[in-house]
Parts: sequence; structure tokens; C-alpha cells
Amino acid sequence: MTSQIASQVLDPPQRPADEEEREPGRFLFSPWHLVLIPIAVVMLIPMVWMLVTSLETLNETRHFPPTLLPHTLRPGNYTQVLRQAPFARWFLNTMIVTVVTVLGNLLFCSLAGYAFARIKFFGREVVFVLLLTTLMIPFQVIMIPTFIIVKDLGLINTLNALIVPNLANAFGVFLLRQFFRTLPVELEEAARIDGASRLSVLFKIVLPLSGPALATLAVITFLWTWNDFLWPLITIYSPNTMTLQLGLTTFEGTHQTATNLLMAANVMSMLPVLLLFFLAQRYFIRGIASSGLKG
Amino acid sequence: MWRLRRITESEHAAGWAFAFPAVCLIFVFGLVPVVWSALLSFQRTNLIAPGQWIGLANYKALPHDPLFQASIVHSLIYTALFVPLSVAGGLLTAVALNRRIRGIRIYRTAVFVPVVLSTIATAIMFLWLLDPNFGLVNYLLGQVGLGPYGFFDSATGALYSIVGMTVWGWIGFDVIVYLAALQGIPQSLVEAAEIDGVRTWSMFRNITVPLLGPATLFLVVWSSINALQLFDEVYLLTKGGPGTSTYVVVYYLYSLAFSQGVAGYAAAIAYVLLVAILSLTLIQLWVGRRLVYYAS
Repeated sequence: MTSQIASQVLDPPQRPADEEEREPGRFLFSPWHLVLIPIAVVMLIPMVWMLVTSLETLNETRHFPPTLLPHTLRPGNYTQVLRQAPFARWFLNTMIVTVVTVLGNLLFCSLAGYAFARIKFFGREVVFVLLLTTLMIPFQVIMIPTFIIVKDLGLINTLNALIVPNLANAFGVFLLRQFFRTLPVELEEAARIDGASRLSVLFKIVLPLSGPALATLAVITFLWTWNDFLWPLITIYSPNTMTLQLGLTTFEGTHQTATNLLMAANVMSMLPVLLLFFLAQRYFIRGIASSGLKG
Repeated sequence: MWRLRRITESEHAAGWAFAFPAVCLIFVFGLVPVVWSALLSFQRTNLIAPGQWIGLANYKALPHDPLFQASIVHSLIYTALFVPLSVAGGLLTAVALNRRIRGIRIYRTAVFVPVVLSTIATAIMFLWLLDPNFGLVNYLLGQVGLGPYGFFDSATGALYSIVGMTVWGWIGFDVIVYLAALQGIPQSLVEAAEIDGVRTWSMFRNITVPLLGPATLFLVVWSSINALQLFDEVYLLTKGGPGTSTYVVVYYLYSLAFSQGVAGYAAAIAYVLLVAILSLTLIQLWVGRRLVYYAS
């Protein structure tokens, strides 16, 4: 997928015919609303009902027909969740893991992506092909030996088990390499002739021009790490070391009947991702389209 | 000459120095395990004690394992439903969203949002939405005289409920890809057809769908790969149940390796999964090359 997907999807390019097409729509009700409103309702109802339930009393949730409009809103459910489970801890753990992983990927994938794009070194082609083959291997296929490696490194049940194996990613190397190759090489050559080192060319010339690609990689790595479940499930077992996704499943196990608290916990777990989505929608779209995400 | 060689030597060193951290990490955690997994599949091992070599015994046991067969069948049913539903649903939704009318950004955002939610968060949301006793869906179905259904609690309905839930979570991804592809359809083609009086349905069938072929192929391949890796939702919602009705391959492989300590056998299943995914992908690409029209 191209790197222009985001802008195309969010802001379709202006077409010459637009002016005429647009005029009737301004005064008439387009029949397409009749199709799109039901679609939007189906997409939003699960989230709206989760939000409503998170503000209800326990009795209101145990009522059939369901209470669609609670009598009083109870934001106290949220503070109760924070008291009943180490949610703040899980939040902090997830934040640490995500931030370190994102920074690691930005640094290591930039360095490697630049080497593969611009420096001719021994074994470059072979190593690059080997990197690409890892993109075709589903994680589930290699999780058993990966677990053994992480166990032998003594990382099990530490946040490092979640961080270290994910500090670099073949997708990130590939994404940045492709982007760096589109930059004009003359700029870099001029700087080299003026005596700049490879490192300062990368950090002072290439990376400042690579904002969109770096943002895409950052956002995608954020989403992967924040939402990851299977790997933390295998490597973490102490409540104090858990991430949000893992903590949520244990909370679900112990609060199956306290639906209002469970939904409040769920809403809180989503907030950071939703916030980032609304702030950086264009990079999300680009990253989602270019990576396939959600694996 | 001497000077030139020195520059190239420094190039080798610089290249490797830049690439080394990422290459090293990806090899250790991405490539070594591929080989290691193959070796494990020829052993009897429990992840703690050293394994014993048992040749092909793990693979030979697979055809006689009813739970493995059930897992394969459920994974295939899930894939056969999830892929067409999400891809076709994504196509229709994208076509509906591909117009300049008021509020289009709101509609698009509504469709995109579920894509960024985690599988666990989505599953918890649907656990409540599809609750057999107090769920909103059973209430709405009751209003039109249907149900109540057990959904995740029902041996006949659990797998289908998971299909429905994951289509909801994934459809935005298909829409994003299709919307981008729709922008690439030449406007002149659409206008020419309009002048010739081609009807809307015929336009969709004969112009839009064929021109979206490459996007469709990409989505079919990608959705199939992901469908065969289904795990999180099953773990949270059904633990493979009721009975064994939602045992899928990755859930079975997880429970073997990490709850029952049968890691060698699980590694054999992992390799079967890898071969299955790679062959399905190759078949789809091979068929796709014959069916898909590439404009360029």
C-alpha cells in the first residue's frame, strides 16, 4: 500500500466535477444517509452501551429489559475499579513497555533502515532477504522457542520480557528503508563531502525529513504493543508485572458478575488508544493500511 | 587505490554498525525460533527438562488426535466465514462511504474506531452485549420475536458469535484499504459509463469490483492469515468451549505448550499451522493472479 493512503482516505483529492456534485448535496438530503446511519449505529452501539453500563448501579445492570438510561450516573464505578485492582500499576507497566518499545523501534529501525537504504556493506542483500522472511512467520508459530530464549535470558515475569524481543521489527526496518530511498541522495552526499559523519547525516538530515514515516512507525508500534495479549499472557504471571490487557482478563475473571465495574475498567483501558487515534488519525490510517495491524 | 579500499572497508564497518542492533534482535527473536521450533517438533519436551529426540512421532500422532482434528475444522469454518463476510462487508461499506456528503467524516470515524481497540477490550464489550440474560442484543431480538440466544454460552452458536464479533472489529481495516483503492479508480471511466447510461448496480458489478481486484486479493490473503491465528477472543470468551465447540488451532497449541507442558507436540502443530498458512497464501496468490485485473 502506498504512503499516500492516509491523506486519500481522509481527504479525497479534489476533482474537477466536485463543484457540481456538491451543490445538490448542500440542499437535498442524500439518500446515502439512510444506508450510512444504520452502519454507524451498528459500529457505535457496542461502545455506547459499554459506556452507559459503566455508569450504572449493579442492580441496573441485572435488569431485563436492559436499563438504557440510568437514573443517576455513577462515575464512582471508575474510582471503585482503581481501588479493587492494581489498575494504576497495569497502566504504568503498559506505558513503560509501550514507550520504551516505540523509542527502541524508532532508533534501531532508523539505523538499520538507513544502512539498508544507503550504505553498501558486505552481506547486505542476504541479510535483508532474511529479515523479510521473518515478516511471513506468524508469531504463534515461533512463540514456544521464543519463550525458551526469553526464559534462558532470565527475563520471564519482568517487563523486559515484553520489551527486549520487540525493540526492533523487520516491518519497521523495511518501512523506513523504503522511505529513506525516496529522499534525494544529493543532500546527503553534499553533507558527506563537507565532512559530516554517517551518523550526523542520519540524525541531522535524513530523520528530520522523515517525520511522516517515523510517525507511522511510532503509531503502529504503539498500537501493537499496547494491545498485545498473547505474549504477555505467556511471559507474565505476577499481578504487579501485568499489562493492561492481561490485567483486564484477570479482572474479568474475578468480576464476571460486576458488569458495571468491568465495563468501567474496559473504558479506561481504551482511553489512551482512542485519544491517540483522534489526535493522529492520519498516521493510524496510513499505518493500518500499510501493515495489516491487529495481528 | 589504497584510499578507495579504505573507504569501502569503512563502508562495511559503518553498514554493519548501523544494522547490527536491529538485525541481531530480529535474528535472535524472529529467525532462530523458526529453526528451533522445527527441532522441538521432533522432541518430547515440557519446556523445563531437556527434551528427548523421538523422530517423527509427534507428527504421526496428529491424525489420531480428535481434539486436533476438531481444532482444524473449527479454524477452517471460522476462516471460511470470517474472510468473505469481512471482505464483502468492507467492500459494501467502503462504497457507501466513498462520497462527498455532509457528515461523511463522522461515518468514517465510526467505522474506523473499532480497528484500534484491542481484541480483549472488544471481547469484553461483546461478552456483555451478547449476554444471554441481560444483553442488549437478546433484548432487541426479543422485540422482533426472536431468541433469546445463548451466544458464547451455546455449543452451536459460540463460533458464529465469535465470527460476528471479529467482523465488527475488523471491518474498518477492510474499509480503509478499499477506500484507498476506490480513490484510484479513474474518474473518466466512471463518467464514460454514466454517459453510456450504465446503471448503478451494473457499474458496481462491472467496473468497481474488477478494478478493486488487487485490493480484494490483498484483503483475502491477509484476513485468511489472521483468521487462522485466532486466539485472544477464544481465550477470553469461551476457553475452547462449550465442550470443544470453539477449540481452534492456536488455542489448542497454546494450551498444550503452556498449560499441559507438551511443548514438542505443540511445536509440531505450530509447524503444521505454518505450512497451512503458507500454502493457503500461495494458492490464493496463484488463483488471484488469474482472476485479478491489474490496470498498470
